[in-house]
Amino acid sequence: MIDVTTLTLKEVSTLLSKKQIKAQELNGSFLDRAHKLNKKLNSFIAITDDVAIKQAKKVDELIADNQKLNPLAGIPIAFKDLFSTKGIRTTAGSKVLENYVPVYDATSVTRLKDVSAVIIGKTNLDAWGHGSSGENSDFGPTLNPYDLTRVPGGSSSGSAVAVASGACLAATGTDTGGSIRLPAAFCNLIGLKPTYGRVSRYGIIAMASSLDSIGHLTKTVYDNALVLNVTAGVDEFDSTTSTQKFEDYTKDIEKGVQGLRIGLPKEYFEKLDPKIKDSVISAVKTLAKLGATVIDDSLPHTEYGVSTYYIIQPSEVSSNLARYDSIRFGFGREKFGPEAKRRIILGTYTLSAGYYDAYYLKAMKVRRLIRQDFEKVFKKVDVLILPTSPTLPFNLGEKVDDPLTMYLSDIFTVPINLAGVPSLNVPCGFINNLPIGMQIVGPDFSEKLLYQVGYAYEQETKWYQNKPKL
Amino acid sequence: MSKIKNQKSKVGEVSIDYVARLANLPLTSAEKKTFAKQLGDVLGYFSKLSEVDTAKVEPTGHITGLTNVVRGDQTAPSITQQEALSNAPRTYNVFFEVEAIFEEQS
Repeated sequence: MIDVTTLTLKEVSTLLSKKQIKAQELNGSFLDRAHKLNKKLNSFIAITDDVAIKQAKKVDELIADNQKLNPLAGIPIAFKDLFSTKGIRTTAGSKVLENYVPVYDATSVTRLKDVSAVIIGKTNLDAWGHGSSGENSDFGPTLNPYDLTRVPGGSSSGSAVAVASGACLAATGTDTGGSIRLPAAFCNLIGLKPTYGRVSRYGIIAMASSLDSIGHLTKTVYDNALVLNVTAGVDEFDSTTSTQKFEDYTKDIEKGVQGLRIGLPKEYFEKLDPKIKDSVISAVKTLAKLGATVIDDSLPHTEYGVSTYYIIQPSEVSSNLARYDSIRFGFGREKFGPEAKRRIILGTYTLSAGYYDAYYLKAMKVRRLIRQDFEKVFKKVDVLILPTSPTLPFNLGEKVDDPLTMYLSDIFTVPINLAGVPSLNVPCGFINNLPIGMQIVGPDFSEKLLYQVGYAYEQETKWYQNKPKL
Repeated sequence: MSKIKNQKSKVGEVSIDYVARLANLPLTSAEKKTFAKQLGDVLGYFSKLSEVDTAKVEPTGHITGLTNVVRGDQTAPSITQQEALSNAPRTYNVFFEVEAIFEEQS
């Protein structure tokens, strides 16, 4: 019999709709694998067997009744443990919320439940989304399935590892400064950071509200588009969601890149592992061979991205984490881990009287200049291609004692959050058996175009077939 | 940016206590020492921003361009009082219970 955990979401969806497999049987296989691998990888904080089996049973009834279902019906999906799930403990990866059980669902959760997607578990993460490696979780680090001595990237560490190891077919994430794209790059996955406001933030534990983008990780580009079809759209509970209309993201996904203008901003190719540079350039050549035009370009304020981001983000973090006072829910502030404490102190400082102008106000001004860099460049090119990480997945423990070095892991991802534009991480090869990723970045609300470019490249290379040996 | 330089040493030496008090955040003396050094490094790195001329740049808090988004003033089903209190460590009748903030007159 075929091992369903090795298939893509689209393939499994076809099996379900053709009644070649039952949703209960399918989810049983994924639950078994999740339990078996969790001891090794620590990608889940909770595996929700009871919820999953109940939901799967319902889907089998709907299929038996010949109901027309969304392709995600019956599909096992894991949720980053920042997503509020009614009746299912939601910890944010922090001991502060170790006992917190939400009484409502995040909008993304509601939408995925409404199309009968199955909740298989809640995934591990850097507590509150604070981290680039997964090591800041109060529930222990998650390990990279391609090399157990290395980090999987963070903060959506457990979500990436759950998908990469075949414990589910898609997982949600949040991306405030790279938290979906970096783990996607380190784990050979497609990871989408949508345009700010494309997907509702309601019910997702807030990190930095002007930067938080809600996305997901999958094995393939097509699978990724199927999930965005469900989660995208305006939400009355999040007033920053956009009313901009969108059509089926899988439509025209095979259109190709003929005549497309791809920009390569020089600032992103200066300070990185030369082998990663070679891989990204080689991917660009593949796209050129398929008919795209490559244009050298520049985003001149790139070097100020990390400074600007690490002022604005902790400022907003200190404000958002002020609500955890153990009066309405959760434990006291002494339970915050070291990284959350560090960011609360930093953000409180940069917002405090006498320092506000020099740090926060200055950063908000530079943020506008960074946004303008992108606006200008997208008058000349359709998409940009950039490396996602300057280094290969690093060793566990390598950067934990040096916050500044850890923050610099985000050098190629944070400018995109400051600008608010969408970015798709697409795997572009392996070095020493470790995955590498590149970003395809476009103007506001160009997710459909990003999928077309990613799909064209993926058809040529199929890196997703290179699975970890577990 | 000499102003920032002074502030850097201040964070490194003096004001962690003050900032922790503003944030209502209990820190151990070991944490204070570690954070002071680490935050000094990070703030030092930020001084790079002084190179950027922002004299004529308006700040931006977010990139959506949206202003004053409101919804209709209509009632809709919400969580119950019991649900709202379900995670509270301490309740009194149907309220959250907190420490008294005014001292009783003796």
